Amino acid sequence: MKYAYYPGCSLEASAEEYDVSCREVLQRLGVELAEIPDWTCCGASAAEPVSRLLTLALPARNLALAEREAAGLDMLVPCSACYLNHLRVTRECAQDRSLSGRINEVLGTEGLGYAGKVRVRHLLDVLAADIGPEAVAAAATRRLEGLTVAPYYGCQALRPYVLFDDPEHPRSMTPLITALGATVLDWDMGGRCCGASLMATRKDVALSSVAAILDAAEGADVIVTVCPMCQMNLEAYQKQARQGSPVSVLYLTQLLGLAFGLSDGQVLLGKNLAVTDALKSKLRACAAAGNAMQTTPTGG
Amino acid sequence: MNKTTPLISFTPRARQHAGGEGLAAIQRMVHACMQCGTCTASCPNAFAMDLAPRQMWRMLLFGLAQEVLESRTFWLCSSCYTCTLRCPRGLPLTDAMAALKRLAAAGTDSANRKKALFYQEFMHNVEMNGRVQEMGFMCSYFLAMHDPLLPLEYTPLGLKLLGKGKLRLGGDAQRGRLGPLFAKVRSMEGAS
Repeated sequence: MKYAYYPGCSLEASAEEYDVSCREVLQRLGVELAEIPDWTCCGASAAEPVSRLLTLALPARNLALAEREAAGLDMLVPCSACYLNHLRVTRECAQDRSLSGRINEVLGTEGLGYAGKVRVRHLLDVLAADIGPEAVAAAATRRLEGLTVAPYYGCQALRPYVLFDDPEHPRSMTPLITALGATVLDWDMGGRCCGASLMATRKDVALSSVAAILDAAEGADVIVTVCPMCQMNLEAYQKQARQGSPVSVLYLTQLLGLAFGLSDGQVLLGKNLAVTDALKSKLRACAAAGNAMQTTPTGG
Repeated sequence: MNKTTPLISFTPRARQHAGGEGLAAIQRMVHACMQCGTCTASCPNAFAMDLAPRQMWRMLLFGLAQEVLESRTFWLCSSCYTCTLRCPRGLPLTDAMAALKRLAAAGTDSANRKKALFYQEFMHNVEMNGRVQEMGFMCSYFLAMHDPLLPLEYTPLGLKLLGKGKLRLGGDAQRGRLGPLFAKVRSMEGAS
């Protein structure tokens, strides 16, 4: 399996651990990534309030590069905002040829053209649909028995385009997490908004969303995310949001990597802002059990 | 800091045609609203809005643009798309919220202009660097807001990120790469 890879700006800086763990995990699952050369910002959640044409032209540039440099490959995107921005272009251009013409007029300044041939895929979609829980279980060397995981999907991987999961009651992570031997927390906050960029413009409002999500995750050992903005909002403002005990927040790919036998350092666990001692000791216990399982031949 | 392009690069031209592209287009987006209130009930941020989304759509259709643009409702949309997903009329409500942000940013109201600064500073950073430089962006946002207390609110986070080695200047290989694209978009939106 091979994909054109669009990491996006966050994964180069504040979400480096997502990029590193994503690449490591996919490599162990036999996936090859071809990073799109010279990719640029997709506009994040900031282009739309500024300019409608820019909102479409910025991701279209990356799609055009993917078509030229990685023809025939699906484009894999780990960030949900980047995912939606690119997906929106493919959907709107497919419906509106004059829009496609306007976008290509913009891209023409660089000698680029977008032909509508790239399929945009969220990392979670690829993990759940293309790779699947059986391959994930086969790659795991540590069973995460006794670990309760709260899968957090956020918004823009699920909505408005409903492509690979239930947009109200998402569950695509469930088989991936149970394949590791872990338990999935039964909660209804998986698709609840984290506040997104309101954390910068109206922090009080975003904090109430974060508090509601963290409160609901009390029964879990860890929340896992699939978006750098969700991750940052859930991990960085816990004390401001509420008085409860801290909740660990990891990227899904970090949890997968740890189950695959990668070290804390290999998934950059030290970069996370919310990892409790309780989680660390549970993970250590899982690792010790995994090592014992590998070194001690079992009878029968 | 020397900046080679104006700080608020999209506003002047947008203002010229905002009335035509703006209000009428937004009214068309919500024209079929039947006032069921599913949007309001679905919105995670409705509790902090002065106009409920349902109410705001009706006011728009009544032509109460001024009242709507003075409200904080659309600035509180976090683009979760729950209302869009659930709207029984299939209306693009999240897109309408974004269009209201653009219309308000292009107007003369100073409070709205200030609320738009976050997004405009972000896009300015993208235009300059090709890939957004998180730290440079937050610094120029703080400067643009002229609020000495604002940076303090983000100091704890800044220190945490610094400690984790996450506050660093990114590469500059794409610097200036998006200049022609931004210029072309500006000229096309100005001409339309």
